[in-house]
Amino acid sequence: MKLSRDDILRLAKLSRLQLSEAEIVQYQKELSSILEYVAQLDDVDTTGLKPTYQVTGLTSEQPNATRNDEVTSQVSQDKLFKNLPAREDDQIKVKRMIG
Amino acid sequence: MNQWPSITELASDVASGKVTASELVQKSLSLIQKHQEFQAIISTMEKRAIQRAQEIDARISQGKNAGRLAGVPFIAKDNFLVFGTQTTAASNILKGFEAPYQATVIEKLEAEGAICVAKANLDAFAHGASTENSDYFTTKNPHDTSKVAGGSSGGSAASVALQLAPFALGTDTGGSIRQPASFCGVVGLKPTYGLVSRSGVIAMASSTDVIGPITANVADAALVLDIIAGQDQLDGTTIERQSAYTQLEGNLSGKKIGVIKEYFGPGLEAGVKTAVQHAIDQMRQAGAVVSEVSLPTLPLALAVYYIVCPAEVSSNLARYDGQRFGHATVEASTLDESYEQARQQGFGSEAKRRIMTGAYVLSSGYYDAYYKKAQTVRTKLMNEFNEVFKQVDFLVGPVAPTVAFDIGKNSEDPLAMYLGDIMSVGVSLVGVPAISVPCGFAGSLPVGLQIIAPQKKDKELLAVAKAYEEFA
Repeated sequence: MKLSRDDILRLAKLSRLQLSEAEIVQYQKELSSILEYVAQLDDVDTTGLKPTYQVTGLTSEQPNATRNDEVTSQVSQDKLFKNLPAREDDQIKVKRMIG
Repeated sequence: MNQWPSITELASDVASGKVTASELVQKSLSLIQKHQEFQAIISTMEKRAIQRAQEIDARISQGKNAGRLAGVPFIAKDNFLVFGTQTTAASNILKGFEAPYQATVIEKLEAEGAICVAKANLDAFAHGASTENSDYFTTKNPHDTSKVAGGSSGGSAASVALQLAPFALGTDTGGSIRQPASFCGVVGLKPTYGLVSRSGVIAMASSTDVIGPITANVADAALVLDIIAGQDQLDGTTIERQSAYTQLEGNLSGKKIGVIKEYFGPGLEAGVKTAVQHAIDQMRQAGAVVSEVSLPTLPLALAVYYIVCPAEVSSNLARYDGQRFGHATVEASTLDESYEQARQQGFGSEAKRRIMTGAYVLSSGYYDAYYKKAQTVRTKLMNEFNEVFKQVDFLVGPVAPTVAFDIGKNSEDPLAMYLGDIMSVGVSLVGVPAISVPCGFAGSLPVGLQIIAPQKKDKELLAVAKAYEEFA
């Protein structure tokens, strides 16, 4: 699978990455060779088989694991705020979202 | 020189007052200082470690129980959330990040008196097999500084080989505990998928990520597993544990061992082949019934892995957006730009490669051809493992096709680097437990024997690994 320059630009957009010109060239080559390698799966006969997403059978043999939605003191608000790049009082400050 | 006795012995020496926790922590910290040239460690947490040691010493002097790992220092890979220092996953995007809570395994180890002293280097976000993808530096192999320590848990494995601490924690998504253990000549255990809670560990590929110990011997690995295994409300994928992993009885006599035919193909280095075959001969001498088995789909595991893993990586790394934590940009004028610039500046080239590969295989129009197809081939692989485990108790083979390679050898060719994972990723995709046990050297570099068991037979795996270790 040979990827075009436009493919890379589309993937960068989907991935929220602002690639440099050198990276566009590099990833066009590298992603193409990775996709070429994984293309060997095309020829594998998988008739009658279903995909496996969870290997210990948790989804098919028993109900999903859930816990009660209760407030715990495990994570302190102070510690979370400490990592914020920008804040105003007790709010996370981000760039304008609407118009 | 042996710096540390077994973990059990260390803890009992602390409990009996023969040595103090403070002395052990100081010793570990000074060894870390002394061996800086290997670049195994990203950061230390002197203040918290010394304080915890003093608390444990105080408990002991008051005659109180201080736990099964009282005063035992350990090193965590830097993708575990731990208090007392930054948690970076060896990435620029998380530089300076301070954990708001601790990983479940860290809480469990601390509850038994163990003391985390440092955070080990890795390939950034655990993407890699050499630590060359660390955004900071490359860890050097303790046996030869021109070689890699392996990866992604290269800092953890090198730390144990250098005896900086009695044990280290690693994560294994496609071989990241077993391969560096093999390259550094130490024991590395990848438990059954779901046996150990991943809460508080930075996610890579959630359908194969597991946590496990890296130790000097099998009994120590069993003891650490015994403490960290078990269900956790904070990780919905955790499974029920077996009882007492430390009670390892039995020997190799009569054990049915299957040698995986596909692992002994043309890509296998001669020195690795000789060492592994010698180990298999020893198992036979010890009474094991050895036969050759085939898993025809196994050579395709790498192609499956390099679809599934990037797909999951692209989802798991979406959270690093420069808004709530991690690297942020000041130049951006719009919200979209603030995402794009933070991620562009904060992620290294391997993270970007995997994010975009993942975005591709998951995108509309390609999902069925790549992602769904890969997960269906995964079913075929699981069926083959299930079939073969009806004939044999354990599978054996090398961990990797080579010994530790030269620093820089594969770093310019991502596909060549991926190909080194050929013997470890299949095991990850089917969720079975496996261990790397040292089985000799090829030249001056260590070789690991990989022993693989059926899902949820971790205790049996440890017992057979211990029997091999004692015989060899």
